[in-house]
Amino acid sequence: MVMEYIPGIPILRPRVDLDNQEFWDGFKQHKLVFQRCKYCGLFIHRPRPMCPRCNSMDMDWVPSTGKGTVYSWVNFVYANAAYPGIKVPYLVVVVEMLEGVRIVSNMYDVTRDEIYVGMPVEVVFDEVADDLTLPKFKRREA
Amino acid sequence: MNNIRNRAAIVGIGMTEFSRDSERTELYLTCQCIKTALDDAGLTPDDIDGLVKQTDDATDEHAVTSSMGMGNLSYFGESRWGAAPSAMIMRAAMGVAVGAANYIVVYRAVNGASKRRMIPSMRTSGQMSTSDLLQWTFHAPFGHMSDAGRVAMIVRRYMHEFGIGNDQFGWVPTVCREHGARNPNSMFYQKPITFEDYLKSEVVAEPLRRMDYYEEADAAAALVITTAERAKDLIQRPVYVLGAAQHMNSETEELTSYYRPSISGLPEVGKVGKKIFNMAGVAAGDINCVQLDDSYGPLVPMQLEELGFCDRGEGTDFCSGGDRIRLGGKLPLNTSGGSLGEGYLHGVNHLVEAVRQIRGTSTAQVKDAELVLVASGAGGPASGLILGGQS
Amino acid sequence: MSMVYDTEHPVPMPPILWDNMGFWEGINRHELVFQRCKECGTWLHPPRPICPKCRSFEKEWAPSTGKGTIYSWVTYQESPHPSFKAPYSVILVEMEEGVRLVSNMTDIKPEEISIGMPVEVVFEEIAEGLILPKFRKVD
Repeated sequence: MVMEYIPGIPILRPRVDLDNQEFWDGFKQHKLVFQRCKYCGLFIHRPRPMCPRCNSMDMDWVPSTGKGTVYSWVNFVYANAAYPGIKVPYLVVVVEMLEGVRIVSNMYDVTRDEIYVGMPVEVVFDEVADDLTLPKFKRREA
Repeated sequence: MNNIRNRAAIVGIGMTEFSRDSERTELYLTCQCIKTALDDAGLTPDDIDGLVKQTDDATDEHAVTSSMGMGNLSYFGESRWGAAPSAMIMRAAMGVAVGAANYIVVYRAVNGASKRRMIPSMRTSGQMSTSDLLQWTFHAPFGHMSDAGRVAMIVRRYMHEFGIGNDQFGWVPTVCREHGARNPNSMFYQKPITFEDYLKSEVVAEPLRRMDYYEEADAAAALVITTAERAKDLIQRPVYVLGAAQHMNSETEELTSYYRPSISGLPEVGKVGKKIFNMAGVAAGDINCVQLDDSYGPLVPMQLEELGFCDRGEGTDFCSGGDRIRLGGKLPLNTSGGSLGEGYLHGVNHLVEAVRQIRGTSTAQVKDAELVLVASGAGGPASGLILGGQS
Repeated sequence: MSMVYDTEHPVPMPPILWDNMGFWEGINRHELVFQRCKECGTWLHPPRPICPKCRSFEKEWAPSTGKGTIYSWVTYQESPHPSFKAPYSVILVEMEEGVRLVSNMTDIKPEEISIGMPVEVVFEEIAEGLILPKFRKVD
């Protein structure tokens, strides 16, 4: 694993609320799910109460293929501009999923020298703390 | 500014129910009530090109536009403090009047009762604002830390100067609860109180009793504003903005304007009143119904005085017995219940009720209500509106 | 009778910044000082960078007589903060200088407070590093 958490500094927990709960709950079971509008089928991320296309408030939570490509990436180098609980350097990526939505995450197995926009990736689950499992991404054979 | 009269109208309203636990996020409530308001107006999110919110509302414009799919906003306004409600309508009216936007939505959502909310009560930046600084530096070390207590200091002085007794404030909560009891949407539907119930309610910060201040609630509301011309082509009877104003002066603080010569009045409300009557070209005697800031019941008599509905010091007498201020009386007050009898949506439910009165759809409908006055922000910066059924 | 503090919970410390420092420095010396405009002599409280009357930035900290009368008061039956044990009263004192100050009484019960009562300042060390101006009845 290419990211190193610094002991003693808590990893920031997500603010879970009624609108996004099912997204976060999925990770405990190693599932990546996305919100989809029941009425018009639009995949929606970040989760929200209403579909921006048809304004329906009826939502499904659908398992993702887990596959996508790197849409963009940043390498955090300067510690003061990064999160103190993670050892620099570390990568943050935006992955465009096959479903069409984009998600911010980290790479599990790829370093700065290897990353490129367009890299095919797929989700893995990283149990970073007893109460926190996060989705990360690893290289995929396209 | 040039007179706002007849430049803008409210053409849609939407409000959720008031409850102790909405079981929804504030964003969810916002989306619901905006959708209802748009349906009410016969508009879609694509028509909306302006948003106005209360500065401290947790639901930022980004979340509204991304949830509702509003692609083309050219006007975003804010207003704050207790004065926000009427001032938000004023912001929206100004926006459509100068052509900065065609259809503006004003919204407010709170999970005030369940506290399912995202931000703490101080600003998210973690920094104190200058108003917070006053409270924390010169008031908090002395235990002067709750809004009930801050208001009580003003009320005590008012009582002293006008010879008002401890229990004379009970008629406003009693009548607001009567009105709220008729309103299926309210926290107190079918639960009126009597004056005796008020006297039994516990003292919280003397002289304020629990029934003297607002009932925390989970709720949300939205209103749609457009120009008076466009309003005529939509599906609801337009409710015209005939007067809209705000006021604060150099000594205005947030419920703690203790440092000015007199503290037993609400001069900001007085100034707003003069401006809106002037703009609308009407007088106090022409008003059919009032929606006043009843976050703290004892400040209602003071507003009646400042707005010219009665003389200085006569406010509690005006309310005594409840006959003048209840439905059927000379000046029905807070006919959906207000913050005391419907629930605390920070004064925005008063706007919705004013619209209902003009449309004839209130649960405590004043006969032939054509002119309604709304006052916001008693005890701090103030704002107000006169709304009417005729342009 | 003094206010009762719950020692388990610290009393909120006032944020001390440039504009109000002189007030709190005075309190630490057991002196009640108020800001006064050097240009027009207006007494100003709460302190601020500029005089609202003449807009001068020149100000000084001048000693108060420490005497005033009760302008208004409130009794908290419910405490809004764990350090303060209810019931307790908060007073608004109109000082001889004309400014008003929020504080507490040290020696009388809530039911004995009346508007117009003459009072004078005393200094109480509430906690380590926190001295506050309080008031007692003057006969």
